[in-house]
Amino acid sequence: MSSNSLGYSEQGGETVSELGQEAVPTTAPSASPAFGLFSSDTKRQSSSDDSFYLTSMATTFSVLPEIKKLVYVYLMRYAEEQQDLALLSISTFQRALKDPNQLIRASALRVLSSIRVPIIVPIMMLSIKEAAADLSPYVRKNAAHAIQKLYSLDPEQKEMLIEVIEKLLKDKSTLVAGSVVMSFEEVCPDRIDLIHKNYRKLCNLLVDVEEWGQVVIIHMMTRYARTQFVSPWKEDEEYNEKNFYESDEEQKEKNLKGKKPYAMDPDHRLLIRNTKPLLQSRNAAVVMAVAQLYWHVAPKSEIGIVSKSLVRLLRSNREVQYIVLQNIATMSIQRKGLFEPYLKSFYVRSTDPTMIKTLKLEILTNLANEANISTLLREFQTYVKSQDKQFAAATIQAIGRCATNISEVTDTCLNGLVCLLSNRDEIVVAESVVVIKKLLQTQPAHHGEIIKHMAKLLDNITVPVARASILWLIGEYCERVPKIAPDVLRKMAKSFTSEDDLVKLQILNLGAKLYLTNSKQTKFLTQYILNLGKYDQSYDIRDRTRFIRQLIVPNEKSGALSKYAKKIFLAQKPAPLLESPFKDRDHFQLGTLSHTLNTRATGYLELSNWPEVAPDPSVRNVDAIELVSASIAVTTPAILSPSLVADLEGLNLSSSSVIDVSIPVFVPMKTHELLHRMSGKGLAAHYHFPRQPCIYGDQMVSVQVTLTNTTDEKIENIHIGERKLPSDMRMHEFSPIESLEPEGSITVSMGIDFCDSTQTASLKLCTKDNHFSVNIQPPVGELLLPVIMSERDFKKEKGKLTGMNETSASVTVAPQNSTRLVIVQKVVNVANLGVVPSGEDNIHRFAAKTVHSGSLMLVTVELKEGSTARLIINTEKTVIGSILLRELKPVLSQG
Amino acid sequence: MIHSLFLINSSGDIFLEKHWKSVVSRSVCDYFFEAQERATEAENVPPVIPTPHHYLLSVYRHKIFFVAVIQTEVPPLFVIEFLHRVVDTFQDYFGVCSEVVLKDNVVVVYEVLEEMLDNGFPLATESNILKELIKPPTILRTVVNTITGSTNVGDQLPTGQLSVVPWRRTGVKYTNNEAYFDVIEEIDAIIDKSGSTITAEIQGVIDACVKLTGMPDLTLSFMNPRLLDDVSFHPCVRFKRWESERILSFIPPDGNFRLLSYHVSAQNLVAIPVYVKHNISFRDSSSLGRFEITVGPKQTMGKTLEGVMVTSQMPKGVLNMSLTSSHGMHVFDPVTKLLSWDVGKINPQKLPSLKGTMSLQAGAFKPDENPTINLQFKIQQLAISGLKVNRLDMYGEKYKPFKGIKYMTKAGKFQVRT
Repeated sequence: MSSNSLGYSEQGGETVSELGQEAVPTTAPSASPAFGLFSSDTKRQSSSDDSFYLTSMATTFSVLPEIKKLVYVYLMRYAEEQQDLALLSISTFQRALKDPNQLIRASALRVLSSIRVPIIVPIMMLSIKEAAADLSPYVRKNAAHAIQKLYSLDPEQKEMLIEVIEKLLKDKSTLVAGSVVMSFEEVCPDRIDLIHKNYRKLCNLLVDVEEWGQVVIIHMMTRYARTQFVSPWKEDEEYNEKNFYESDEEQKEKNLKGKKPYAMDPDHRLLIRNTKPLLQSRNAAVVMAVAQLYWHVAPKSEIGIVSKSLVRLLRSNREVQYIVLQNIATMSIQRKGLFEPYLKSFYVRSTDPTMIKTLKLEILTNLANEANISTLLREFQTYVKSQDKQFAAATIQAIGRCATNISEVTDTCLNGLVCLLSNRDEIVVAESVVVIKKLLQTQPAHHGEIIKHMAKLLDNITVPVARASILWLIGEYCERVPKIAPDVLRKMAKSFTSEDDLVKLQILNLGAKLYLTNSKQTKFLTQYILNLGKYDQSYDIRDRTRFIRQLIVPNEKSGALSKYAKKIFLAQKPAPLLESPFKDRDHFQLGTLSHTLNTRATGYLELSNWPEVAPDPSVRNVDAIELVSASIAVTTPAILSPSLVADLEGLNLSSSSVIDVSIPVFVPMKTHELLHRMSGKGLAAHYHFPRQPCIYGDQMVSVQVTLTNTTDEKIENIHIGERKLPSDMRMHEFSPIESLEPEGSITVSMGIDFCDSTQTASLKLCTKDNHFSVNIQPPVGELLLPVIMSERDFKKEKGKLTGMNETSASVTVAPQNSTRLVIVQKVVNVANLGVVPSGEDNIHRFAAKTVHSGSLMLVTVELKEGSTARLIINTEKTVIGSILLRELKPVLSQG
Repeated sequence: MIHSLFLINSSGDIFLEKHWKSVVSRSVCDYFFEAQERATEAENVPPVIPTPHHYLLSVYRHKIFFVAVIQTEVPPLFVIEFLHRVVDTFQDYFGVCSEVVLKDNVVVVYEVLEEMLDNGFPLATESNILKELIKPPTILRTVVNTITGSTNVGDQLPTGQLSVVPWRRTGVKYTNNEAYFDVIEEIDAIIDKSGSTITAEIQGVIDACVKLTGMPDLTLSFMNPRLLDDVSFHPCVRFKRWESERILSFIPPDGNFRLLSYHVSAQNLVAIPVYVKHNISFRDSSSLGRFEITVGPKQTMGKTLEGVMVTSQMPKGVLNMSLTSSHGMHVFDPVTKLLSWDVGKINPQKLPSLKGTMSLQAGAFKPDENPTINLQFKIQQLAISGLKVNRLDMYGEKYKPFKGIKYMTKAGKFQVRT
C-alpha cells in the first residue's frame, strides 16, 4: 500500500462503526437513503444527497477494495431510489466489462445488472448478449443470472432474453447449466421446446453441476418428463387388468390389437438413472428433489430407493424435518409399503417440537396395518400421557383413525378411549369424547353402556365441542337410553342460557328428537327450550328454534312436512370418514412450496398428466457435428483486449497529460450498418462505437464490428482486405475469423485513427469467396474523449479559446428538455463529452478532447428566458466544432 | 428466489436486513411475529408462513431467527438448506453465531451475504471460496488491519470459483503435512420403562481435518464397508468408485470438512452401552414423590463411559427436588423444571446414583406421566457399529503425510422412558 493508505484506514474504521450503528434498529426508518457508509460528515449533510452520491461514485474509483465492495452493495440497494445519480456510475462498469480478467468482467456484469434503473435496459441487454458469448464460463454464468434481473426490471425484453437463454442452454459448462435453467424457469417455463436439444446433455452434466443448480434442473426435468414421455405406471395397471380378464377372449384380442407392450423411452431411463446418485447428496434440497422426481416420473417399482434417503434427512435440523415429514406423510398415504420398514424412525421423542410430533404421528397412523397395530397402539399409549397436551389430543385422533381403518382393533381402541374419559385433563377427555362419538356412529349396536357413561360426564366437562358431541350421541341413540335421555334434557334446560352456541344447537336437536320419540315425558321440556331459543341472542339459534318448532309441533298451519319429521330427524346417518389431512395434498407436486402450504403458491407450475401418445422422441437427437461446431462458435475469441490495465484495483485510468481523460458518461447503443445482408450475400455487418479508449493506439477510435451470418452455410476466413484510406489515416484491423456458423454472430473490435476528421474509411471486407467494399464513417461525436475538468479550469480554458475558435448558435429548446438530466442525456447521446460540474442551474458545460490531436472541445449550453438557449463551442478544431454545433442543435430543440 | 433476509433476535428485534432484489419493507415481519406469538415456543414457529404477497421461510438457530422472504414458488427445502448454510458460514467465520458477534462484524456479514447470493440465487456457498474472497476476522488480523490499513477483502481473485475442484484452494502449502479423520458414531435410541429397547439406530460421520500441500488425491478404504447402509458424501467424493469398489476416493478440501455421513443398517442389533435403573413415583395422597436413578455401563467392550450427563424435564407440578448424588453435580431449575446431573466418568465398581424426594404443588393431582430421561455420554476409541478404516493412501504428491484416525461413540437422541 502506498502512503495514502493510512488515510483510507481511518475511513475504513469509520465505516465499520457507522454500519454497526445502522444495523441496530433505531428510530430512523430503514429506507432512509442516508446509509452512513462513508463518513459522518456526509450523513450530516444528507439533505444534499447528490453530493453524497457523487462522493460515493468517486469512491468507486477508490483504491481500497473493501470500500469499493461496500459501494457496490450500497449502489444495488439504493439505485432504485436514486436513479438519476446511479446512471453516473454505469460507465465504470461498462468499462470493466471489457476487462481481460474474467472475474472482473463477471462482477462488473453482476453489479451493472443489479442496478434497477429502467433507462439502462438497453445497456444491460447488450452487456448480457456480449457476456453470454464470453470465453469464460464464469462470465456466462453471471450472464444467466443477469437475464433474470433484466426480466424482472423490464418484462418487455422477454423475446430477446429467450434468445440468449436458448444460446446459453447450449452451453456445455457445468458452471452455467444450473443458472441458465433457473433463468429459463423464471422467464419462459412454457418454452419446453428449448430443452429438447439439450435434454441429454443436461442429464449427463447433472452430477457435476453445483448443488443448487441440481435442485433447479431436477424440478424442471420432472415437468419435462411428464410432458414428453408416456406413463411408466400403465404397465402395472395393465397387468392387473389382464389377470382379471384372462378368460375373456374378446378382451384379450382387444388388448393385443390396441396396445403395444410398454417400453420405456431410453431418454426417460437416462434421467432416472442419472439422478439416482444424487440421493447421496449432503444437501437435503437435492435429495428431496430427486425423491419427488422418482415419485412423479419413475416406474412404481423403482420408487422404493428414495425412502431410505428421505429417512436419513430426518436426522437433520428441525425445519428440514418438518418439510420432509410433510412429504413423507403424503407419500405414505398412497404407498404404505414404502416407509413401513422405517416405522420405528417415526417414533416420537419427548424432546421433539410439537409440529414434528404431530407430523410423525400422522405418518405412523398412515402406516398402521393389522401386523403392526398392536406395537403402534402400545406406543400411542405412551403418547397419550405426554405432558404436551396438544400432542396428546392429536394422538387420540390418531387412535380413532386406526380404529376405523382396522376393524380388528376397533373394540380395543374404544375401550382404551373410554378409559381416557376418566383422565384428569380436560383437553384429553374432550378429544376422547369427540373421537368416541365418531367411532360409535360406525357401529352403534351395542354401546348403551358407553353412552350412559358419557351422559354422566356432562356434569363435569366444560369444553363445548365435547358437550355438544355427548348431547348429539344421546339424541341420536335416545331409544337405547330411554331413561337417561329425558333427564339429560332436563339438566340442560336449566343451564341452557349459559351454554356455548354449539351446545345450544345440540340441546335443541336433542329436544326435538326426544319430542318425536318420547313426547309424553318431554313435551313441556322441549317447548320450554324452544321458548328460550326463540329469544336467544344468536341468529342461528333463533333460526333453528323456529325451524324445529314448525316441524315438530303440530298446528293447523304446519304443512305436509311435519308428517315426515321423524324421518328427517332420526334418519340413518352415514358414519364420518376419519381421513388424513394429507389426503388431498397429492395433487401438488411434492417438494414444492404449494405442497407445504396446501394452496397454490404464486408461480406454481402444474405438473401435467402423462401424454397418451409420446411426442416425437427424435427432437432430442443432437447431430454430433452440429454439437462440435456449436462449441467452436462459442470458443472463438469474441472480445479481444490483450493489454488493458487490469485488476480489481485498477479501475482508474492513467492520466495522459494535464487533462485527465475520464470514462464516458454514456454509451449509446446505436449501431450503424456496414454491410447489408442482401449485398453481403448473407453476411451482415454492423459497427458501433463503444467509446472506450482504444487499446491499439492512443490516437485511434475503437470500433466494434458485429458480423452475422444469415446464410445456412458456414462463412469462412473473414478478414479485411485492401483499404483505401486518406493519407495519415491509420487502422488496426481485427484478426481474421476462421469461420462463422450459420445464424452465428461475432463481435470483433478494431481501431481507426480518423485524424480528427469525418472522412470515411473505405475498406474491403473479404470472405473466402467474396469481397465487399464497405465504408466506416464516424459521427463527429465519436471523435472525442471526455475529460474531467473543474468549473474553474473550464472557464480558464474557454477564455483562451475565443474569437475565431468560438462558434455559437441560438436554439429554441423544447420545454421538456430544460431539466439538467435531460440535457445531459441528450448531449452525451450525440457526442462523447464529459460533464463539468456546474454551479449555475441554467448553464451546462461539457468538455472533451479530440482523439487524434488531443485538442480541447468545450461545449456550453446556456438556458435563457423563454425557452431559448445559447449553444457555444470553443475549440481549435473549428471544422469539427461547427459540425458538432450543427448536430447538437436539433437534438436540443426536439422533444 | 430469495428476495430478502431478516435476522430477528429472541426479543423480536430485526437487527439486520439484506435485500437481493428490490427492497421489501420490514413490516412483512409482522406476520412472522404473529405466528411467533401463536406458537408460544420458538421451536414451534412454523418454518413456512404464507402472507398475502410473500412467503416467509425461517430457520431458528443460536437463538436467532433467519427469516427469508420469497415471492414465488420455490422448493422450500432449497431456501431452508441455504439458510442453514448461511448460519454454518457465520459460525465458520466468527466461531460463534450470536447477535453480538454478528453486529460486531457487520461489514463482513454484509460482504459474505453479498457473495453468497446473486439475485437470490446461491452463488458461492463453499466456505473455501468465500474465505478467499473475504478473509475471516481474527484478533491478529484486526490489529494488523488497524495499523496497516489493509482490509478483510482478499486481494486475490477467487480463482477457486472457476476450477473443477471448487472446494479446494490452489497453491496450498504446509510444512507439516497431516490428515486426520474422526469416525464419530451416535446412538439414537428410545428405551422403555422396563429397560428394553424400543428403537435404536446408529448414525455416523467421518469428519476430516486435512492439511496437505498441493493437490493430493486420497483414497480411504474400510475393513467392513458393508456395514454402511445409507451414505451421503461431501461433493468431493467420487461416487462411481464408491459404487463399484466401496472405496472413498477424493481430492480433499483444505482444512476441516465432513467427508461422509452414514447410517448403519437397522437389521444389525445395536449394542446399548449404558443402562439406567430408575424408580420415580408420585403418590396421590402426599405432596412428596420418590426419585431415584442409577446409571451403569453395559456392553462397552472394555472402554469407559465418559462425559455422562443426565437431563430430565420434570412435570409442571414439581415445585422442588431435594437430591443427593454419589458422583458429580446436579442442578434443578425450579422455573424451567429441568433437572440436570453431570456425572462425568463412570467407575464400574461404584455406580453413580441420584436419590431424593420431589415436592409437589399442594393439592395438585399427580402427573400422568413420569418424566423421560435424556442421556448423553461418550466412549473414546470405539465405533459401536464395529466400522474400521483399513488404509489411507495418497496419490499425486511426493511427500509422506502424517495420518491419524480416531474413533468415538456418542449418545445422539438417547431417551429413557420411565
